[in-house]
Amino acid sequence: MAQYAHPEVLVETDWLAEKLSDPSIRAVEVDVDTAAYDLGHIPGAVAWAWNTQLCDTVRRDILPKQELEALLSKSGISPSTTIVLYGDNNNWFAAWAFWQLKIYGHKDVRILNGGRKKWLSEGRELTQETVSYRATSYQAREADLSLRAFLPQVQDAVRNKTASLVDVRSPQEFTGEILAPPGLPETCQRGGHIPGARNVPWGKACNEDGSFKTLDELKTLYGAEGVNASRPTIAYCRIGERSSHTWFVLKYLLGLPDVVNYDGSWTEWGNLVGAPVERGAAQAAGA
Amino acid sequence: MSSPTLAQGFEERVVEIDGWPVRLTSYRIGDKFICQADNVSPGACLARMSAESASEAESQALSKARHLLGKTKRREV
Repeated sequence: MAQYAHPEVLVETDWLAEKLSDPSIRAVEVDVDTAAYDLGHIPGAVAWAWNTQLCDTVRRDILPKQELEALLSKSGISPSTTIVLYGDNNNWFAAWAFWQLKIYGHKDVRILNGGRKKWLSEGRELTQETVSYRATSYQAREADLSLRAFLPQVQDAVRNKTASLVDVRSPQEFTGEILAPPGLPETCQRGGHIPGARNVPWGKACNEDGSFKTLDELKTLYGAEGVNASRPTIAYCRIGERSSHTWFVLKYLLGLPDVVNYDGSWTEWGNLVGAPVERGAAQAAGA
Repeated sequence: MSSPTLAQGFEERVVEIDGWPVRLTSYRIGDKFICQADNVSPGACLARMSAESASEAESQALSKARHLLGKTKRREV
């Protein structure tokens, strides 16, 4: 089987199970909330809450550098620590943490292939014990914003057709039939998608057990929508976390050289006065 | 210090509520039965309930999921 472009960013459940007492490795669970962690988590893992600890809670932004440093220090993580992220929903929120850790330059970040679901379904060891580690004095690098797209960059790409736009929301969100995932609050004024975007729902990159599809399967999935290494790619969703998962897949598994996450996503674009919006299904690829 | 445990009886199935597919993921950790409901596409968690029995956890998860999905408005495209 062909290898991913960066296989070193994935670990398997067997691997982690053998490394649970290794002090150079820190497992971190990132879920939609921390209730699942409280019910039972991988021994030694700490929990990060994506909506309070992995974002600026005052203005809409990623986690400020000083707060990231505080979070990593409190978690007993140093720049040489191997961070293994895992979470529910096929690592949806773990990928959000991965993206920010790469923005701030942490060298060795990995994702547990299959996440919490695979660990549980394999009947592996869990604990309810909350662990604490000796605090470090973590110093992060300045933010590498080349991994992130802001609105002007996306507007320019739409105007000049200089990038592939990948909308990773569900087909109903993409067409404008619904304004948010079923059951979640509506957070935008208009439905639809950014003109020219292709729709590749994020979860299509995963197998039923939560693990990532093979390199060949991923190439076929994204290649069919014209997403490849030949041009820059901008991934977006509703608020930027699903698209961080796709960003991970495109950058680290497929090895695309220029892919960014537009975390402003549809809650920014779909609320802009005067922004162009397309509704309905995408045009055929290449049209 | 709590003793190590594991998830037992892990299973998933998909039901339909108000025309939306909903995945129910059920398992047991220790003496707690857990049921999570997500909306399949995109997979967002709607409810995660723990109870003394599997049927009670599922019933609570279904109830909350039904309540939330009932608020979702479909538009003509």
